[in-house]
Amino acid sequence: MDIQGIHSILLERFGESVVGSQTFKAIDPWIQVSAASIVEVCTFLRDDSRLLFNHLNDLCGVDYFEPDAKKAAKFGHEPHVEVVYHLSSLKQRHQLKLKVVVPRWKDNVEGQLPVVPSLSAVFGIANWHEREAYDLMGIHFEGHPNLRRILCPEDWIGHPMRKDYAFPLEYHGVRGR
Amino acid sequence: MSLQIEDPRIVEFDVQTDEMLVNMGPQHPSTHGVLRLLLRTDGEIVHECTPHIGYLHRCAEKIGENLSPPQYIPYTDRMDYLAAMNMNLGFALAVEKLIGMEVPEKAVHLRVLIAEIGRIASHLVGMGTYGLDLGTFSPFLYAFREREIILDLFEEVCGARLTYSYITIGGATHDLPDEIEMPDGLASLIGKHKGERLPFLDVIEIFLQWLELRIREYHTLLTKNMIFISRTAGLGILSPEMAVSYGCTGPVLRGSGVNFDLRRDGEAIYTRMYKGYDFEVPVAPFKEAPREVIVGDNWCRFYVRMMEVVQAIRLVRQAIPKYKAATGSYREPFKMNTKLPKDEVYLETEAPRGQMGFYVVGNGEGNPLRLRAKSSCFCNVSVTDQICQGVPLADIPAIVGSLDIVMGEIDR
Repeated sequence: MDIQGIHSILLERFGESVVGSQTFKAIDPWIQVSAASIVEVCTFLRDDSRLLFNHLNDLCGVDYFEPDAKKAAKFGHEPHVEVVYHLSSLKQRHQLKLKVVVPRWKDNVEGQLPVVPSLSAVFGIANWHEREAYDLMGIHFEGHPNLRRILCPEDWIGHPMRKDYAFPLEYHGVRGR
Repeated sequence: MSLQIEDPRIVEFDVQTDEMLVNMGPQHPSTHGVLRLLLRTDGEIVHECTPHIGYLHRCAEKIGENLSPPQYIPYTDRMDYLAAMNMNLGFALAVEKLIGMEVPEKAVHLRVLIAEIGRIASHLVGMGTYGLDLGTFSPFLYAFREREIILDLFEEVCGARLTYSYITIGGATHDLPDEIEMPDGLASLIGKHKGERLPFLDVIEIFLQWLELRIREYHTLLTKNMIFISRTAGLGILSPEMAVSYGCTGPVLRGSGVNFDLRRDGEAIYTRMYKGYDFEVPVAPFKEAPREVIVGDNWCRFYVRMMEVVQAIRLVRQAIPKYKAATGSYREPFKMNTKLPKDEVYLETEAPRGQMGFYVVGNGEGNPLRLRAKSSCFCNVSVTDQICQGVPLADIPAIVGSLDIVMGEIDR
């Protein structure tokens, strides 16, 4: 099924408060979904007999931010963080990209991680992908059974994939630069 | 005054004296690199198996944000270093999809040829080291003898033996060589004189003919070996539902009986490469499997890899005449100052170990805004906890080995 068909099914089921803007012109078209209802939407996408999106290919965070003040004017995006879900159906052979847009910091307080509900009850692999997104991008997945760092050491400070991440000068006596 | 206990499970663990935490890795020889498994064992039986990864983490994704796509190709080599050609191909295709580049016909067949030889080399290592995990040394030596010849051929193609950076955006860095000196290893194996010069494609054909006969030997050594069957059949069973839910791909998914291969079912930009090629996708259950085998067990995953080698040989054979007949250049030039459009693509390709995905977000500049490498082994190893419960400690290497993981790709 093509993206327009999936979009109209989602719109019919969830309404405009959940299913937000979409771009059909992009190379990989996507549908934006509100953060609060991502679990509901993904469960529906997985179980609906027309869609059957049973495979979560990828889950990752993207940080839209330009730390350099000179380049910020040309950057062209409002600062925000996106969680991108790539779903596909092994039976129906179609794929879909969902996006959840959250502020870079919760309540605009630096250091407070933005909150997105966890998909780990819907897809088994979401558990590890969300741990990675938490570790590297600094997104708090609410309801995750084991939200610990996965690639960086447990005592690492900061989230390296953030655009304004400052590289540490020293880690346990090892010089960073 | 009553005693307060924060976590009641800790006390329970203390009382049961026969439960033990065993740390396997990160320097354990059978964990294929620096994988650390934390096992909670009751005597010989493993109750819980928690993988700890990240010992090889280099944050390759962050590096990608500071480099232009052609500069990033060598970093993809270092992800799955046993199938570097397929990693190059996956990234190159993702960038081509983003900038809308058409690859010449000659480059397409060159890529199929190279990628499938890379798949053979990767599966040979998978087979050899799996034997090593189970305690038999000989298959490893045979597998590496064959792989050595492939590395020699790749050295003739691009000069490197492990990290090739050969397939690049738009095609490949060089054309295939016309005439090469027969690799010493191959010459001595088939009883030819060393130093004979032959056309490159003929040497590949000689090698394939020789390799085809060896596959029967591998089946005698491993697949049909009674000890091997009793160590693998009926163990580490991964149900198709769980395989799909945990995002397992490649031989692990097909070993569980799910018929899905991106070379056939993937996106148009990738399947177009394999258009006109005739190949089968090996999927469990197999008719020739021994009685003890259950769909989704170690044996099935191993056998899918063995069968994929046979299919890869078929594909290389078909690619040779297609490459010879193809017109056009081996490469569409990619200008170094190309600006990536304000768009984003996600593309998965069928690497030997599963579906390797690259997600590239462009922002009108030379460097991507975000580069994400979705690793297939990362997903495959996440299922370890589910399939290692209730098995004896000695079977853990057999199960983890059957997933055929490469830590460079998991930690990126």
